[in-house]
Amino acid sequence: MEGQAVLTPNLTEQMYKCFACLACNTICPVGIKPADLALETRHVSEQIRPRWWKRPLFHGLFPDPKRLELGMLPLRWLERLGLRRLAERVGVTRLLPTQLRDMERMLPEVPERPLRVVLPEVTPSVGELRYRVGFFLGCAQSLLFADESAATVRVLARNGCEVVSPREVRCCGMPPLGYGERDMAVEMARWNIALFEDLDVDAIITDCATCGSTLKEYGQLLADDGDWAQRAEAFATKVRDISEFLAEIPVVKPRGRVEARVTYHDPCHLVRAQGVSQQPRDLLRLIEGLEFVEMEEADWCCGSAGTQLISHHKTSVSVLDHKMDNVEVTGAQYVASGCPGCQMQLSVGVKRRGLEMQVVHPIQLLDQAYRNGDE
Amino acid sequence: MTMIEPSAIKALKRVVGKANVLTAPEDLLCYSYDSTFAEHLPDAVVQPKTTEEVADVLRIAHGDGIPVVPRGMASGLAAASVPFSGGIALSLTRMNRILEIDEANMTATAEAGVITAHLQDAVEARGLFYPPDPSSIRQSTIGGNVACNAGGPRCLKYGITGDYVLGLKTVLADGRVLQTGGKAIKNVTGYNLTQLFVGSEGTLGVITEVLVKLISRPEHVRTALAVYEDLDDASRSVNAILSAGIVPCTLEMMDDTTIETIEEYMRLGLPVGAAALLILESDGEDQDTVDREVEAMAAIARRHGASDVRVADSESARDELWRGRRSVGPSLARRAPNKLGEDISVPRSQIPEAVRRIKQIGHKYDLPIVVFGHAGDGNLHPNILFDKRDDEQWQRVEQAVGAIFEVAVELGGTLSGEHGVGVLKQPYLEHALGPVSIEMQRRIKDAWDPNHILNPGKVFPARDGH
Repeated sequence: MEGQAVLTPNLTEQMYKCFACLACNTICPVGIKPADLALETRHVSEQIRPRWWKRPLFHGLFPDPKRLELGMLPLRWLERLGLRRLAERVGVTRLLPTQLRDMERMLPEVPERPLRVVLPEVTPSVGELRYRVGFFLGCAQSLLFADESAATVRVLARNGCEVVSPREVRCCGMPPLGYGERDMAVEMARWNIALFEDLDVDAIITDCATCGSTLKEYGQLLADDGDWAQRAEAFATKVRDISEFLAEIPVVKPRGRVEARVTYHDPCHLVRAQGVSQQPRDLLRLIEGLEFVEMEEADWCCGSAGTQLISHHKTSVSVLDHKMDNVEVTGAQYVASGCPGCQMQLSVGVKRRGLEMQVVHPIQLLDQAYRNGDE
Repeated sequence: MTMIEPSAIKALKRVVGKANVLTAPEDLLCYSYDSTFAEHLPDAVVQPKTTEEVADVLRIAHGDGIPVVPRGMASGLAAASVPFSGGIALSLTRMNRILEIDEANMTATAEAGVITAHLQDAVEARGLFYPPDPSSIRQSTIGGNVACNAGGPRCLKYGITGDYVLGLKTVLADGRVLQTGGKAIKNVTGYNLTQLFVGSEGTLGVITEVLVKLISRPEHVRTALAVYEDLDDASRSVNAILSAGIVPCTLEMMDDTTIETIEEYMRLGLPVGAAALLILESDGEDQDTVDREVEAMAAIARRHGASDVRVADSESARDELWRGRRSVGPSLARRAPNKLGEDISVPRSQIPEAVRRIKQIGHKYDLPIVVFGHAGDGNLHPNILFDKRDDEQWQRVEQAVGAIFEVAVELGGTLSGEHGVGVLKQPYLEHALGPVSIEMQRRIKDAWDPNHILNPGKVFPARDGH
């Protein structure tokens, strides 16, 4: 087969159909990584046949968090004026085609202000200072899931961490990588590496599975990039998912209780890309009153893959449906998952089925347990 | 190379829908190979959903003289589903429904494209059991298993795929649908056409539905691992176990190179450096009997020179052992770009002699050959590792293959225990079966497929005019 395939538009499209759930990567005993090849092909395709809308989108929006924040403004106004809720209540959204409705359902309640501008650059530890850690605030976390990352920083502080969260942080690079814009991801990587080099931190922590998986791969991304190769490797070895970091330190047991039944969904970018699956479960089991229920096929993809609900709606929804069957039978009040993409997708699933279930980041439940103990 | 007329493509699209006829080069590539190193592009891939659609496809192919090469998940090891003839690669994977599990009659009916492991899971959920277990079980389809009469480790006790096939629905070369067999266990009304299709490798008709016999699920299973410093000891243990009246459900053997290869990639803690391993397994209704059998086998193994015997004490320990055994094929693929996996069968007592001679062949032709297989029934898998791009090496591989088959026949065995003939074993077929058998089989082929459109050139080399 070598040398026989030609990069046709059909082939490129097949590569975009890949959800990059990495299941093929981990199962192949021969060591072929089809998901990596799919991303590689997207990159090659972009070199040969660049798509017109990508440059303005990625180069215009992603390098500068301020521009992304500006882009979110219309949505925030809708929210502020109560129009989103009104539209849902009056039933206007029902007039939308299913796909648009699903896209609307994806978006959580948008925070008043992006966390990036609210979060102090240095959060002191509560009690004795044990670690100085950097916090990598992802775009989706800042713009859409501000409460979660605020909780992450609180939990870190409570566990003896001084948390440094530089405001100049840029996108981790995954969205451009996913769309074949590798050069741009390289630029972002260099920026972030330089930024955190100056901070002198013990670890670089993120609460976004996707950011984590990308940051940990900076070493590979810049492997042939002269001096940067070593700097990237040094950066990457410091990166920890929040649950991973907490599992490595003697974590403070919360005194408060959270009375709820909780199930956990493994994000592809955490379980397969980073090999992290036990740690978030252990965190949940730390909480008194919490009943943890394991769902079937917890590590199966939810169908989010970032933007597949938009680009490949039908496939995305069928994957989601399978996932929701497994979620629903647990009878859980919370489904926890440390990935903004998964959370948005699972929210669509919950809303489609009209379930009384909340989608949360595991760290929020831990944070809640600490806070309940304070009262 | 056959070209398919645009009008035929159009007609095919009308039958199965536009989305289910693929002609883009990159799509054709995906259907150009199986689990061997052989490859050839089809002219079109057609993916029917029903028996009726298959019948319509064959009517079109028959009319236009287009070759049709049926395929499931392409896990075959004899290149039987590689479309050397061009034409249509007929993929049956969309026909993946389990149609019925009949608990009263203990049968299951499934469409050809059902993954065999899925069928097993479904019947086991009802306390029933479908025993044949080729290593490809999580990938291969029941239709493909029947078409190649697949075996597997458990066949020592339970028999092979063909032993479980009670009936078939097949589409003939001209598009007629033939139903054979049925749920009645005894059936001597006419020739046994069902079994004629078993192992026919898609050359007589397209199997679209399979009716299989089930047995009740054994409730208990235990597995042991025996380590040997001498291959002869392993072989003697096998004979001693079977002569002691124990029928284990599996008796798998791996040689030193196989152990090394698996361990290198799986890190399961296998004893690297040992000459051979046996995996011994017993299953049954009754826990005590199963325990007793495993203990007895372990004792026999020790008496016959096993340096270490470990009995898996948990389900996960057992899974580990099997994960190793099932990963042999893929692990080998890490060692060399290509592998040629044979599946000769010899009388059980000849196993040590066969392995010794195969190793000599490896030395003579300077090729790494690993040997593993189903020691209980004498079905061995010598795998030659090589790089197809090296012509000189490929010639040595061909010579080595010939020599291995020679060994099989000399020791009173046969070329293929469970993979089939495809194209890889064709050159040696006449030597193994004799001219009369070949001639009669060719006549069967001519009767069922006079225009030779069904998987042409497979099993028997094409004759002049075809």
